[in-house]
Amino acid sequence: MSVNETKSAAAPETEGDRQPLLRLTGIKKHFPITQGIIFQREVGRVHAVDGVDLEVSPGETLGVVGETGCGKSTLGRLICRLLPVTEGTVEFEGRDITNIKGKELRRFRRQVQMIFQDPYSSLNPRKRIGTIIGDPFQIHGIGDGRQRKLRVQELMEVVGLNPEHYNRFPAEFSGGQRQRIGVARALALRPRLIVCDEPVSALDVSIQAQVINLLEDLQSEFHLTYIFIAHDLSVVRHVSDRVAVMYLGKVVELSDAKRLYAEPKHPYTGALLSAVPVADPDLAAKRERVILYGDVPSPIDPPSGCRFHPRCPHVLPRCAPEVPHLQSAFGREVACHLYDTAR
Amino acid sequence: MALLEVKDLRVEFHTDDGIVKAVDGVDFVLDRGETLGIVGESGSGKSVSCLSILGLARGGKVSGEALFQDRDLLKMHSDEMRAIRGKQIAMIFQDPLSSLHPYYKVGAQIVEAIQAHEKIPKKDAHKRAVELLGLVGIPRPERRVDDYPHQFSGGMRQRAMIAMALSLDPAVLIADEPTTALDVTVQAQILDLIERLQEEFGTAIIMITHDLGVVADMADTVLVMYGGRPAEVADRRTVYYSPHHPYTWGLLQSIPSVGAEHTNDRLRPIKGLPPSLIHPPSGCKFHPRCPYVMDVCTKEEPQLLPAGGNGAHLSACHLSLEEKQRIWQQEVAPTR
Repeated sequence: MSVNETKSAAAPETEGDRQPLLRLTGIKKHFPITQGIIFQREVGRVHAVDGVDLEVSPGETLGVVGETGCGKSTLGRLICRLLPVTEGTVEFEGRDITNIKGKELRRFRRQVQMIFQDPYSSLNPRKRIGTIIGDPFQIHGIGDGRQRKLRVQELMEVVGLNPEHYNRFPAEFSGGQRQRIGVARALALRPRLIVCDEPVSALDVSIQAQVINLLEDLQSEFHLTYIFIAHDLSVVRHVSDRVAVMYLGKVVELSDAKRLYAEPKHPYTGALLSAVPVADPDLAAKRERVILYGDVPSPIDPPSGCRFHPRCPHVLPRCAPEVPHLQSAFGREVACHLYDTAR
Repeated sequence: MALLEVKDLRVEFHTDDGIVKAVDGVDFVLDRGETLGIVGESGSGKSVSCLSILGLARGGKVSGEALFQDRDLLKMHSDEMRAIRGKQIAMIFQDPLSSLHPYYKVGAQIVEAIQAHEKIPKKDAHKRAVELLGLVGIPRPERRVDDYPHQFSGGMRQRAMIAMALSLDPAVLIADEPTTALDVTVQAQILDLIERLQEEFGTAIIMITHDLGVVADMADTVLVMYGGRPAEVADRRTVYYSPHHPYTWGLLQSIPSVGAEHTNDRLRPIKGLPPSLIHPPSGCKFHPRCPYVMDVCTKEEPQLLPAGGNGAHLSACHLSLEEKQRIWQQEVAPTR
């Protein structure tokens, strides 16, 4: 897999610039399903993430898209070490962080932060926002009370909140403003990587655009790297340099964003893109919609071979028995038997 | 004659904080077999106006007129209303999990809806439920009819809701954000299904949504709402290709462009926040967020007036026609 060019030319010139910021190798997350109360027998496993290899370069935005249950949020949580990894390794700045604990883990968390989807449930309603944004300083023992307050007020200004509202409660803010609070909290420790898990899905259209612009400004100001998880494909296209498309725990296509949207190669990517409603009646009428039938199969017992084969409009005989692997074709990585010969 | 004609609809809720004017003067006309798209953000009054038509705006003070086949729905006795609701005007909601009862089998709920309006034996109603589930694309309907809602996926639940809504062949179907909770691929399936059924049954549809993309290829007429009032009404092509209201421009500019050459351009959000419905801004409710605000906007509320061209295009804005055309053509359209 090649290291892709980064979006901002202004990315810091550090020694780690050539090496990926984050590298995931064969990462898996299986959630056991148990039966019985005392002697819990494992009766099955949810294969939430099932063998993902990814590299993220400093300064880039990697978009992750897919339907509900494809494992995109679990992937985000694995990267932040909010969930233990079942198999595989996570490397951050060349260091294996898959099993780090205690102090080391805490140090890692300074580098990697997360922004959550729901600005209503991700902020403690009984804490003042000064405390919420300042919590990272407290946890990591940075500064004294006065310094912290100053930093928090600085951060509030950076994300476009009025610093005088330091003592207010989350309930006094609108959805968009709450998401700004979440962004300020994630920025507090000056992380290098921020995992944004559906950061704008809960917001109104006009407010979405405000938050997206804010995230873009912060990226160039603080040289941030984003992993942008979302189901809204047009937003992902707008913010991302590269996009990974996930289906049932696996990456099926990984490509430069422009190329992916202009010419999707994996049949699933094609179907997904053609399903996005466009706010342009003529374009909508001209477009050929690939309607997928049925629902996403259960990740407890995923289909054999290519997981997309039961719904695929171009299914081949070898798709059921053989698992396709990500391979380079057409200037991208795609996991599909259709391109076995195009290599 | 219009099938449904809403005139000067107003809905107020009296709360401890003051009077919430959720809907503040809405007019629209729906013809047989037509699709009306109502677009707006949260709090724009799009759902409340439809709920109040069906007498479901609980605790709200409703005024105005809603003529359905020449009878005013708003002045109807609750028994009369009950005979119309579900039978003549059906509704599907955003969240199909919370609108199906978790304790009852899906089929039983459809049977109940049928039997509430028609005196037919349970066996026949059950047979019709199976047919309907098959029609909306539920595989093996004769078995799935006895499933509970939790055994259905999100898309299947919405299909079941549509089956229930269509069980009595209503003249009007109100769909309140029917696909917002669903994945795009399932959304495409459901929208496709609704369109197909509309052709088959000739149902008129009111599609409420916050997504300008959803109505782009299905609405005949689009009503854009802001702060409880219509900002603009026009046929679909006009709304997307020559809109005349700064709020519609703002909405179109807030979503990433569909054209490849502009996708990475910076988004142009509407500044500020949606208005308070308790203490709305004076004059035009959009004026604090409008980039083209003038003195008159802060004082006088603009009326919904013809915006040139065909008489069906109405917009509520103080800008002159020439000015609106110029801004759209020179400033807004090139960024799309």
